[in-house]
Amino acid sequence: MSEHSQSGGGGGPRHRSVEIALASATTLFGLIVIYGSIQAGITWGIEGPRAGFFPFYLGLLIVGGSLVTIAQVLVGPNRDRVFAEWEQLRLVLAVIIPAGIYVALIPFIGMYVASALLILVFMMGIGRYNTLWSLAVGLGLPIITFVVFERLFLIPLPKGPLERLLGF
Amino acid sequence: MEEVANLFHGFAVVLQPYNIMLMLVGIVLGVIIGVLPGLGGANGIAILLPLTFAMPPTSAIIMLSCIYWGALFGGAITAILFNIPGEPWSVATTFDGHPMAQQGKAGEALTTAFTSSFVGAFVAVVMITFFAPLIADFALKFGPAEFFSVYFLTFASFVGLDKSPAAKTIVSMMIGFALAAVGLDSITGQLRLTFGFTSLLNGFDFLIAVIGLFGIGEILIAMEEGLAFRGVRAGINVKVVWETWKDLVKYWKTALLGSFIGCWMGIKPGGATPGSFMSYGVAKKLSPNGAKFGSGHPEGIVAPETAAHAAGTSALLPMISLGIPGSPTAAVLLGGLLIWGLQPGPLMFVEQKEFVWGLIASMYLGNVVGLIVVLTCVPLFAAILRIPFSVIAPVILVLCAIGAYTVHNSTFDVVMMMIFGVVGYIMRKCDYPLAPMVLAIVLGDKAEEAFRQSLLASQGSLTIFWSNGLVATIMALGLVALFWPLIQSGLAQLRTRARQAY
Repeated sequence: MSEHSQSGGGGGPRHRSVEIALASATTLFGLIVIYGSIQAGITWGIEGPRAGFFPFYLGLLIVGGSLVTIAQVLVGPNRDRVFAEWEQLRLVLAVIIPAGIYVALIPFIGMYVASALLILVFMMGIGRYNTLWSLAVGLGLPIITFVVFERLFLIPLPKGPLERLLGF
Repeated sequence: MEEVANLFHGFAVVLQPYNIMLMLVGIVLGVIIGVLPGLGGANGIAILLPLTFAMPPTSAIIMLSCIYWGALFGGAITAILFNIPGEPWSVATTFDGHPMAQQGKAGEALTTAFTSSFVGAFVAVVMITFFAPLIADFALKFGPAEFFSVYFLTFASFVGLDKSPAAKTIVSMMIGFALAAVGLDSITGQLRLTFGFTSLLNGFDFLIAVIGLFGIGEILIAMEEGLAFRGVRAGINVKVVWETWKDLVKYWKTALLGSFIGCWMGIKPGGATPGSFMSYGVAKKLSPNGAKFGSGHPEGIVAPETAAHAAGTSALLPMISLGIPGSPTAAVLLGGLLIWGLQPGPLMFVEQKEFVWGLIASMYLGNVVGLIVVLTCVPLFAAILRIPFSVIAPVILVLCAIGAYTVHNSTFDVVMMMIFGVVGYIMRKCDYPLAPMVLAIVLGDKAEEAFRQSLLASQGSLTIFWSNGLVATIMALGLVALFWPLIQSGLAQLRTRARQAY
């Protein structure tokens, strides 16, 4: 199976494959909705249509639409189009992975420390900025956020060990 | 002329110093949001929404709607100076805007765009002032069946009028409805689709979806495209503005045409983008200067900008009068109303007079203030775009995370936002429209309620949706919108056959 695009560039996953994978995922989602609706009851009860009545038909439409999409992709032209080149996907993953770790870290080390780390990693790793600039933005934004949210608007954000150490 | 008296009362509300300050803050934030990649009107407002929980609702809506006007203005800056449409409806503005900027007439192009935006918005606001109370009054007689038919029309328009494949639009929309259905069923009080996960008890909040789909998704797209901003410098001074204005007067016909197309298209969901293209196309055909379009002709900026802004503004008409938003941004504003404890819909004109007319008055003043701010601060806003993406991306990520967290003070929501972001990126790459999904999450519960209440009244018979002239007309319009592509090709075939017959 050739995975090279017509443009000859870096190549990448084929658009068709991603389309079919996505449509399969939405089919599965629709099936889950149908299953959940049947659990909740799709018939008429004493109070009229039961809780699963409406979502049941939503599930049917999701499955139907997804199957039509799969069929359209299978018969459609442009078989060799790539979804994105590997190099582009590498850049996208370079955002998703640190952002995913960031999101996972927030409950443990707090919003402020996690944000500072994210900005530092980004600016020094992807942007290749020197340490001074990265520290300025990385520390500046959380401090401004702290003043605006905790002091001006009195909205508390998640805090971790560092803030406890500083007595907030 | 009760509207005029109400409107002046609204002006009195808006002209308090605190509200004027919020208006200025809103416009400046809005332009910044409109200029930055990854932040648009919808998710920008979603992120800032929690900050307004403590404000009085009227002040809050003034600030948020001004962010919306600012974002609309901001889209034109990136389109003209950088050839990057900040929002989809700015695409048509790049056709003539960027060539003008490259010819060294950036100041003129920007002045033309801002002034046209202002004119378009102004026409739409005048229309809202007089039509919104009428529609609301009319809608007071609506029962559940009529409301469901309006929801049906709204969502059917997405399927028929969107350029995405119909099957994908339906899948995207129904996923939105299904997400809205998760959690407590509002009629029977029963839990559904939670599968035993306690974190799903409250369902999915559309604000989280908006921040993820539009915020994170947009950053991922921008990252993939490896945006390198190469812009044209712009200087605007009083002389340029004055000269441009003198020149613009002769395009009044195009401006009016654009405004009307915009108003008409904007009431339907997702109408701003097709409206701007339609206006550009019609103006090109009708104008004596049509041949110059595309090479940097001011009229080619006037047409799409008036339409886009008129559409963006008139998208608020169904939101105020029926409680049905015409765009994702209007949906976020509607979400704000619910959070502040206001029930959007026809009753608002009766029960929340001060709020509604304050909002309408702020539309007038907000656009005047917006015009002044953008005309004076363009270099400043353009400078923001020169900040490299590797600095902007993490900052926007952090702002999105904070926005998602503050909606319910939940770190689970931040994780959900990230998931919505990645799924949104893949869906967008595969041509699934995201706006219908967001609107479905917002309106899901109400649409379902209207549907089930109608069926209760009719003992389960679908004929209730055809039971009187009003509901039947709206349903018929919905069906026409739903099958519009088929009807269109059918008409085209008839025409060619008729031609062959001669």
